[in-house]
Amino acid sequence: MKKSLFKSLRAYRHQPLSLFLKLLVWLSIALTVGAFVLLVGYVLVMGVPHLSLDFFSLTYTSDNVSLFPALVNTLSITALALVIAVPLGIFAAIYLVEYAKRGNKLVALVRTTAETLSGIPSIVYGLFGLLFFVTTLGWGYSLLAGAFTLAIMILPLIMRTTEEALKAVPDSFREGSFGLGAGKLRTIFRIVLPSAVPGILAGVILAVGRIVGETAALIYTAGTVAAIPDGIFSSGRTLSVHMYTLANEGLHVGKAYATAVVLIIMVVGINALSGFLAKKITKT
Amino acid sequence: MQKLREKLMQGVFLFSACVSILAIILICVFLFANGVPAMAEIGFFKFLLGREWRPANDVYGILPMVLGSVYVTAGAIVLGVPVGILSAVFLARFCPKWLHKILRPMVELLAGIPSVIYGFFGLVVLLPFVRQTFGGNGSSILTASVLLAIMILPTIITVSESVIRAVPESYYEGALALGTTHERSVFFVVLPAAKPGILAGVVLGIGRAIGETMAVIMVAGNQARMPAGLLKGVRTLTANIVLEMGYAADLHREALIATGVVLFVFILFINLLVSVLRRREK
Amino acid sequence: MDKFTIQDLDLFYGDFQALKKIQMKIQPKEITAFIGPSGCGKSTLLKTLNRMNDLVEGCRTEGTVLLDDENIFGTMDVNLLRKRVGMVFQKPNPFPMSIYDNIAYGPRTHGVHGRAQLDEIVEQSLRSAAIWDETKDRLKKSALGLSGGQQQRLCIARALAIKPDVLLMDEPTSALDPISTLKIEELALELKQDYTIVMVTHNMQQATRISDKTAFFLLGEMVEFGDTEQVFSMPEDKRTEDYITGRFG
Repeated sequence: MKKSLFKSLRAYRHQPLSLFLKLLVWLSIALTVGAFVLLVGYVLVMGVPHLSLDFFSLTYTSDNVSLFPALVNTLSITALALVIAVPLGIFAAIYLVEYAKRGNKLVALVRTTAETLSGIPSIVYGLFGLLFFVTTLGWGYSLLAGAFTLAIMILPLIMRTTEEALKAVPDSFREGSFGLGAGKLRTIFRIVLPSAVPGILAGVILAVGRIVGETAALIYTAGTVAAIPDGIFSSGRTLSVHMYTLANEGLHVGKAYATAVVLIIMVVGINALSGFLAKKITKT
Repeated sequence: MQKLREKLMQGVFLFSACVSILAIILICVFLFANGVPAMAEIGFFKFLLGREWRPANDVYGILPMVLGSVYVTAGAIVLGVPVGILSAVFLARFCPKWLHKILRPMVELLAGIPSVIYGFFGLVVLLPFVRQTFGGNGSSILTASVLLAIMILPTIITVSESVIRAVPESYYEGALALGTTHERSVFFVVLPAAKPGILAGVVLGIGRAIGETMAVIMVAGNQARMPAGLLKGVRTLTANIVLEMGYAADLHREALIATGVVLFVFILFINLLVSVLRRREK
Repeated sequence: MDKFTIQDLDLFYGDFQALKKIQMKIQPKEITAFIGPSGCGKSTLLKTLNRMNDLVEGCRTEGTVLLDDENIFGTMDVNLLRKRVGMVFQKPNPFPMSIYDNIAYGPRTHGVHGRAQLDEIVEQSLRSAAIWDETKDRLKKSALGLSGGQQQRLCIARALAIKPDVLLMDEPTSALDPISTLKIEELALELKQDYTIVMVTHNMQQATRISDKTAFFLLGEMVEFGDTEQVFSMPEDKRTEDYITGRFG
């Protein structure tokens, strides 16, 4: 090891610039890794000792800031948002890939708007949700308003990943199905979609990740009530919002760390799942 | 019957495709309808270039917040872009395979971590560090810039790495065959060829930084006054909305929505820039 | 003196042996052609001569290759080796820069920065590669705007700009039309006055037209090596005869 290091250093004797560039690149990745380790490591080290069972108790009190209601709210909002966005996103992608003709103006317009939507910051979505769902439609601060807001936010992500998954399905599948006399609809639902499932799922899971991590779009749509919801019209805070209020109040810093741990674990799980599915596509 | 169903479903698909167009129209209509009248009432230039934001006296100038967003973002770019691009160069061209299998998911995780956690990390780690090292009370442009720099790293790394990987191998081999070292080939032939794509990634990162809300609120201090220095607190456009929307009414509320309009226009402009860059890449 | 002396060269890609005990001497200021069916190892051997094979994962060599009596696998700096042994690729690969910068890239890498000096090198190299007249008015334009044949001659000029001893050509005309091919062949004949040229070709007519020596490879072995005329008119080995008369490959 030592010898090869010496040898590789000697190779740079006449190449000071190259050596400098190499060191620069290594330094940069070290900084990136350092930031990651510091961030995740710090949160884990400080947070894990605070994880305890009463942290998951059914009710939230000012003494015991249980995250259980927030967990329920997160799951409800995620489920609602997916129910709205996933069919829309998949159907839209089907139109773009299977129906639209080449050079279709509408397709270009849809792509541009989807791209624009995916660049809009979440606080702008939050503002829109407040103006439209909460105020104009009169839903008030509610899980439903939050879910609709998030649904628009994740729609472009689901459209894009589904589009890519559909495009990856070989044309020979479609031709084979048409050749047997199957209609277009049947071909899409029986042949094309099933083979695109892993790719679509990977995108849906990424969308779940965005929902779980979202705060700014929810504060003024779903509100910040820390209780288990009675229905879709009651207000409720998700885990991330919970985490934000805890950190801002500054009263339960230990609990904030622990909530961060729970969030990170969820994100790791979500990423792993999505990565696993993505790998599955490349294999088949 | 069969035919009818085909037609019907095609209509459903077409409608779904149009939902995103509908969404963007709705967003524009609601933001502009609520924000633009307020701008008119306050006075367009008075609103954009006004140096004071005092809702209690009905004085609404958002220049401090515009500058706040610009400074914080600029700081994030200065710190984050070089590290991000060089890290991408490492991942694409210097990294052993086994290490890549570890680093790549790490970068993806970095992208997936919620911004509140970044904010919290900034609050409990960066902020005290800045206070102790540089003085001031810690909530500052500097702290927010460092935090945002970390947050835009994954965007810049992911985009840059894929663009660098897409550069034809023949460029690299051609440079090597001329007796150039690995490093020089990568930096002076491969990297320039990837420039337009990397630029698009950087602009995307700028969009992220300007739009970031929760993390910035937690470390920037949020004083609605003209930025006074690297170590002084500052309020961004995004923070302005979140901080006051909860209790604002009437003109104050509309002025906040107008703040959102300004932010939205910023972002539209950035999106436009990204798509122009992407097109040029092709 | 021999330019290259290859002794007992074995080359492996992982477990697969791509070259087996190659022995050959390549003479200076001649064109040596490597022929043989796809996968016979001819390109592999060519890429060994300037160690471009180092890029292939799991590639390892045994034996020696001497360039002017110096082992290229020894202490020799690989970048200096590649400066002495230039290479032209199968597909033209100009960098996405101006014509001028393409040519100047090599000299700049090796420490030439004077404006006048670079101008001279650029002109000289483009002239040597017989492409000066076509490019002199558009030196600042992107090299990607040239036609395929022009791009390939540009790549030859780019290789010449670092003043190599040897020029390796890996099927340099396989991506070109007949007229461009002819131009490259003429160019090769001219260049051999000053350079040692080693060329891999799929095209046996090309080998007979321009090469002095020909080596025939099959399944990683060098079957026959000798004067081109000899190899094509009276091959010693039955397998060579089968190949050049088109019985396989």
